[in-house]
Amino acid sequence: MAKTALQFRHNSSDVAIFVDGGTNLLVALRELIGDMTPKFGCGQGGCGTCSVLIDGELHLSCLTLAETVAGRSVETLDSLKQGPNLHPLQRAFADNFAAQCGYCTPGMLMAAKALLDRNPSPSRAEVVEAISGNICRCTGYEPIINAILAASGGRASA
Amino acid sequence: MTVTVKTFTSSSEAAAALSSDRNARYLGGGTLVMRALNEGDVSISTVVRANDHALMRIDPSGPRITLGAGVTFARILGERDLAFLHAPARSIGGPAVRNMGTVGGNLFAPNPYGDFTVALLALDATVALQGGFGSRDIPIEEFLQSRERQAGSLVLSVSCTRPTSAEAFRYRKIARIKPKGGSVITLAAHLPISGGRIAGARIALGSMAPTQIRARAAERALEGRSLDAATVAAAASAAAEGTSPSDNALGSAWYRREIVGVHLRRLLLGQE
Repeated sequence: MAKTALQFRHNSSDVAIFVDGGTNLLVALRELIGDMTPKFGCGQGGCGTCSVLIDGELHLSCLTLAETVAGRSVETLDSLKQGPNLHPLQRAFADNFAAQCGYCTPGMLMAAKALLDRNPSPSRAEVVEAISGNICRCTGYEPIINAILAASGGRASA
Repeated sequence: MTVTVKTFTSSSEAAAALSSDRNARYLGGGTLVMRALNEGDVSISTVVRANDHALMRIDPSGPRITLGAGVTFARILGERDLAFLHAPARSIGGPAVRNMGTVGGNLFAPNPYGDFTVALLALDATVALQGGFGSRDIPIEEFLQSRERQAGSLVLSVSCTRPTSAEAFRYRKIARIKPKGGSVITLAAHLPISGGRIAGARIALGSMAPTQIRARAAERALEGRSLDAATVAAAASAAAEGTSPSDNALGSAWYRREIVGVHLRRLLLGQE
């Protein structure tokens, strides 16, 4: 079957790939571009670990048909890196012990970034709402919420 | 497995492609169709898309509102004029799902999903459909009763009349996980009051039958009466009448029948 040419902005570079019909964005990112930061969890939209930003908006890459991002901007966790330094959200996750097994962390960080980009000083309830589509099966939600509040400059106990 | 993706600029072309291929499915926000493809659903050989701006339109002002089929729940939450639909929109998914999932797709969402459609059923919405041979408007209840046969048609938009007051429309989703989770049951009630009495009561239920349904016995118990304790008790005791819930991981059919009256009573009394 014919492949479709696809061009989009991936983090800070333009990429061009060929995708099979029906390929989802997660597969395109991981297998065709080699960006392993978004993870495959459930493939059903239930876990959130594949979360990426499309034109700044939080989306599930496993439920996104790859060719729908043509000409758009896709940001993954890899976009947070700043040379040898951790992004403030990553730093806060490390400082607050917000990663246990770490599998949900890429999605949690992207959901947190989507929140803070829009709302730099969220309440605790807003943080809970923002990560409500992301499942942590270590059930380490409290440190994750505290880390996002710490990164936002809010009080972790608020 | 690969599928053929057909992208059109107009909804009528997409509808024609959809109606001419039994194995074609329309891709809206992706939360249903991509999920099926990820699970290896071999019944889908063609994915049809339309980049038609008309599908993205919201007409939020005036007594009758219209939502294009491609309107996401996040966009509804961004419309101040659509405040009466914010509770059902917010009850769906997490933020990512609300950025993706659409009003049109929700009409096809099986249990334990399709919560927004419960609200639209209570509001007696009209569904605008484009088939291979033209477009037509049908009541949402009729649409849901024949949902299996509607897969060859493209939903263009959904419209409904704005409730006359915030009190007249109520919505409640019962989930085990908060703030996000599949529906154990979902309830919506439209209770227009005329001269102190309910005139045109509509109660809609989700996860109480294979599709969203009306609780007609409860509606009859409310019709023409004032919303007092005796009326609410009568409606609550009739809530499960005519329903056919199933067992799933979120709850058993027995449990759903047991709780539907309890939650209808709380909804009608405005209790948490």
